[in-house]
Amino acid sequence: MNGNRPASPPAESAAPPGRREALTRVSVALGALGAAIVAVPIVGFLLAPLFERQVQVWRPVGAADGFRIGETVKVDFPDSSPLPWAGIVAQTAAWLRRESEDHFVAFSVHCTHLGCPVRWLPGADLFMCPCHGGVYYKDGTVAAGPPPKPLSQYPVRVRNGQVEIQTSPIPITT
Amino acid sequence: MRMGVLKRAWRAFDDRIGVSDILGPVLKHPVPPDARWYYIFGSATLFAFLVQVATGIALALAYIPSTANAYDTLQFITHQAPFGRLLRGMHYFGASAMVLLIGVHMARTFLMGAYKFPREANWLTGVVLFVVTIIIAFTGQLLRWDQTAVWSIAVAAEQTGRIPLIGPALARFLLAGDTWGGQTLSRFFAFHVFFIPAVIFVFIGVHLWLVLRHGISEPPRAGRVLDPRTYRAWYRALLSREGRPFWPDAAWRDLLFGVGVIAAIAFAAVVLGPPELGNPPDPTIIQADPRPDWYLLWYFGLLALLPPAIETPVMVLAPLVALAVLLLVPAVSNRGERSPARRPWAIGFVFLTCLMIGTLWIAGARSPWSPVFSAGPIPARIVGTTAQPVAWGGRLFYDKGCEYCHTIAGYGGTRGPDLTTVGDRLTPEELTWRILNGGTNMPAFAGNLTPEQLDALIAFLKSRTAR
Repeated sequence: MNGNRPASPPAESAAPPGRREALTRVSVALGALGAAIVAVPIVGFLLAPLFERQVQVWRPVGAADGFRIGETVKVDFPDSSPLPWAGIVAQTAAWLRRESEDHFVAFSVHCTHLGCPVRWLPGADLFMCPCHGGVYYKDGTVAAGPPPKPLSQYPVRVRNGQVEIQTSPIPITT
Repeated sequence: MRMGVLKRAWRAFDDRIGVSDILGPVLKHPVPPDARWYYIFGSATLFAFLVQVATGIALALAYIPSTANAYDTLQFITHQAPFGRLLRGMHYFGASAMVLLIGVHMARTFLMGAYKFPREANWLTGVVLFVVTIIIAFTGQLLRWDQTAVWSIAVAAEQTGRIPLIGPALARFLLAGDTWGGQTLSRFFAFHVFFIPAVIFVFIGVHLWLVLRHGISEPPRAGRVLDPRTYRAWYRALLSREGRPFWPDAAWRDLLFGVGVIAAIAFAAVVLGPPELGNPPDPTIIQADPRPDWYLLWYFGLLALLPPAIETPVMVLAPLVALAVLLLVPAVSNRGERSPARRPWAIGFVFLTCLMIGTLWIAGARSPWSPVFSAGPIPARIVGTTAQPVAWGGRLFYDKGCEYCHTIAGYGGTRGPDLTTVGDRLTPEELTWRILNGGTNMPAFAGNLTPEQLDALIAFLKSRTAR
């Protein structure tokens, strides 16, 4: 059966060694060029999220009159520029606390330890994280557990009687 | 000279295509005669991987990798589509089998010194396969696009965020933007079904090529020392003296066990079914309790138990150190004794690794550090009285959040000490001091309790005695 294999090229072929070496280099270079032409847009597309800059916007979350002083409630609002197929995932929750007549604080729901969603316990005046047991006071400072820093806050303002929260990236503890 | 038509057709086909020419030597490569049941785990891992490829392709018939639709298509696959539940179950248990078997295969080759000369590259390609297997297992859990998947991505982004300099960029890369969004799932889908499997295929190819190039390692014997200068000639002589063709002398064991693994995967899928889908992937549902699948539950436990001071260095360095240790294994010793009987450090290393992962796994499964949100108020039967202020104190024990972390007579969390008989241990003054000031891992309640509430709570706690 082995007799059917194509014969290997003669060791001494017509091409001189210099030409053969040049052909090798050209072929390798051509291969690299072809790979690069394809790779550049792919790698660029893969890394695209690093280059995109999302414009943050103010989102109304309800009339100021609807929030009682001293209470912390969950408010929901859409992300800055949701893609049409993002669906429900484009929604964000925040813990909004009315400190006084004209002062609101909006906490991120992300635990600063590893990003799990903290829950507000109104009776205890505490935020608790289900993952690794982080606990925060009502002002967002750490009360117990592994969180390295207080809950992060969203910019919040009152415009024409509406409370507005500025969209922000998910806070990443560094 | 009467040859069957089928046989003649096969001969002609084989002659033109060359199946026997190419596959024959591969299948019949000689193996050491006593390479028996220890040698089945690598091929079983491959079988599990093939199950993953096949069931994964099948699931792609219905799964839509868009953040808006994936959850609904998973519901359809699980509860409506004929065979959907079985396929999802097989894909889940196939992943479990693959993770488990690659771990066993690795431990086996390490304990028997099979990574030593000349098979160092077998080990290194195997380490790469191990790492990408863990990554593909994790990304697979994310494609189960429920609430847990969404929060798991946030947890993964937070972990990579701790890496110096490039951390925030990596976190953004995982989220595919500021937050989860339209791009997040389609990218993880592409990683899970195209990028990572491509890497796995390439490395399995190289890994198998190396198995053929260097031959299956002979079972070690205590006292038989491996010397790189003489090993190859010695191994060749061993094979020509007593080698057996892999097919069928050894292959039947691989097939028996491999098919057993496939049957076990299907059996588990039928009996246990795929993991139930959690809440929809709605980030505004705060009642979430994200946990990784079992193969990473031990790491979840580790992240809870790390002291804060060393948390970031460990989170960043531990995976790198583990990878470096695995990659350096052949560099540390690629010669000498191969038998585990003469390599106590190797046994100790594997034992300690299993002990560490097992302990953390149990801790992660119990997660005593997590507040128990599901606890209701202490039942009147346990409170034991309707007299005030004790009864009110019992209610406050729940309302003020004490019960999330403290247990009384079996009700409540285990983060803090069990308070079933705290009345015997602490005086009212000690209780007051602790409640108002908090302590290690306990919030201070000074600003949250009126004097009357505090008195009621203390009265209730003092009534908690063994009696």
